[in-house]
Amino acid sequence: MRIKEHPILEFNPGKKVKFTLDGKEMEGYEGEPVAASLVAAGVKVLSKSIKYHRPRGFFCAIGKCSSCLMKINGVPNVRTCVTKLEPGMKVETQKGKGDFN
Amino acid sequence: MKKTDIAIIGGGPAGLSAAIYAASLGVKIILIDDSLKLGGQLIKQTHKFFGSTKQFAGIRGIDIARQLLNKIEKYKNIEIIPNATVTGYYKDGILTVVQGNRNERLIKIKPKKIIVATGASENMLPFVNNDLPGVYGAGAVQTLMNLYGVAPGNNVLMIGAGNIGLIVSYQLLQAGIHVEAIVEALPKIGGYLVHASKIRRLGVPIYTSHTIKNVYGTDGVEKAVISKINKNFEFIPDTEKELKVDTICLAVGLSPLSELLWQAGCQMKYSARLGGYVSLRDGNMKTNLDNIYIAGDVAGIEEASSAMIEGKIAGLNAAISLNYKCDNYRELNEDLKDELNELRANPLSEKIKAGIKEVLIEKGVK
Repeated sequence: MRIKEHPILEFNPGKKVKFTLDGKEMEGYEGEPVAASLVAAGVKVLSKSIKYHRPRGFFCAIGKCSSCLMKINGVPNVRTCVTKLEPGMKVETQKGKGDFN
Repeated sequence: MKKTDIAIIGGGPAGLSAAIYAASLGVKIILIDDSLKLGGQLIKQTHKFFGSTKQFAGIRGIDIARQLLNKIEKYKNIEIIPNATVTGYYKDGILTVVQGNRNERLIKIKPKKIIVATGASENMLPFVNNDLPGVYGAGAVQTLMNLYGVAPGNNVLMIGAGNIGLIVSYQLLQAGIHVEAIVEALPKIGGYLVHASKIRRLGVPIYTSHTIKNVYGTDGVEKAVISKINKNFEFIPDTEKELKVDTICLAVGLSPLSELLWQAGCQMKYSARLGGYVSLRDGNMKTNLDNIYIAGDVAGIEEASSAMIEGKIAGLNAAISLNYKCDNYRELNEDLKDELNELRANPLSEKIKAGIKEVLIEKGVK
């Protein structure tokens, strides 16, 4: 969900771009963190934990907690909270350790 | 390999202030920051700061950041390496830096002096299902809503009534997001009453001597259970309350991000008052190692105003140690320390002052 009105801040997001999440077409703003685009689109689960496959979501926003590791354009373990969204990115929910397949 | 006079690690209030001060004396600086935007936590702060005019009183954090960044841009002797993490400090004085997180680039830097201003990370709190999506650190909530205009959820339970918990609750309300309640484990609100009053006036209950016990949900938080606790922080039976929330925001303190200082061989000491392990340092913010200075939260959890002054002290003294000229060094250095003392001349700073005493290297004592 995007914040529409704010008494102090003005948001000047970049260009609206398309990307995919697990093959499904999504929209976000170029240059914002991939994980922020996903939260804005209502996506809660970004990865599944290694041992018990528990859902993991956005947590720290500073690239330290590993909760938002996802596969981007075939590369696993990308910290999506500190990775800028680019048009056409192929984002995938990561399960466990992640792989290159 | 890049060579420089001073490498500053961290582009928050402390690191930026250190860079500006040292650069004004002609020092060549490389500043490394790990986030997408410089400014640390300042760039998310919509509230006005306290203190005196010198410390930007009455100005919002976002505007302080803008002022600092404008100054940084003017100095050609400051090189910025953004979105990069310092991954190691080697015995020959080399810092390894990894930039980016896809197609990473490795950069090696050999600085004469290092100022570590890495800040802090948020503390976790143990409760059942605390790993569910919808449980956020307070800093993450601020990043999402104040930097990117994204709501973290619809209905928030804030854990912690220190200044961060209170301020972020207010910021959530500003953004039009409902705050169901604030819980605080201590019997008293920890933050400034000015902030607490604003929130109470807006109708948000603050439950002291309460904590979160459990959250429920499948793919995300659907409800939370809070409970009253006694003096020993044990749950009191039959005091549970169920809250329909989709977001839990943790504001339960910070810990210094001191890994590099450990690795470099700084003498580390645990200080509960300063939020965790910090390096010993002298009044000029120099650690027990001659080439490493510290400033800001990594030197002890405090706030942005003091971090900026500590940054200036570290920047000034690191520059002087490299024989850069500053005609009235002694006077300036004393003025900065007086400014810091003035800022800490209130009852809430007693803890910080006592903490600093635990880790201070007195003059002439090793």
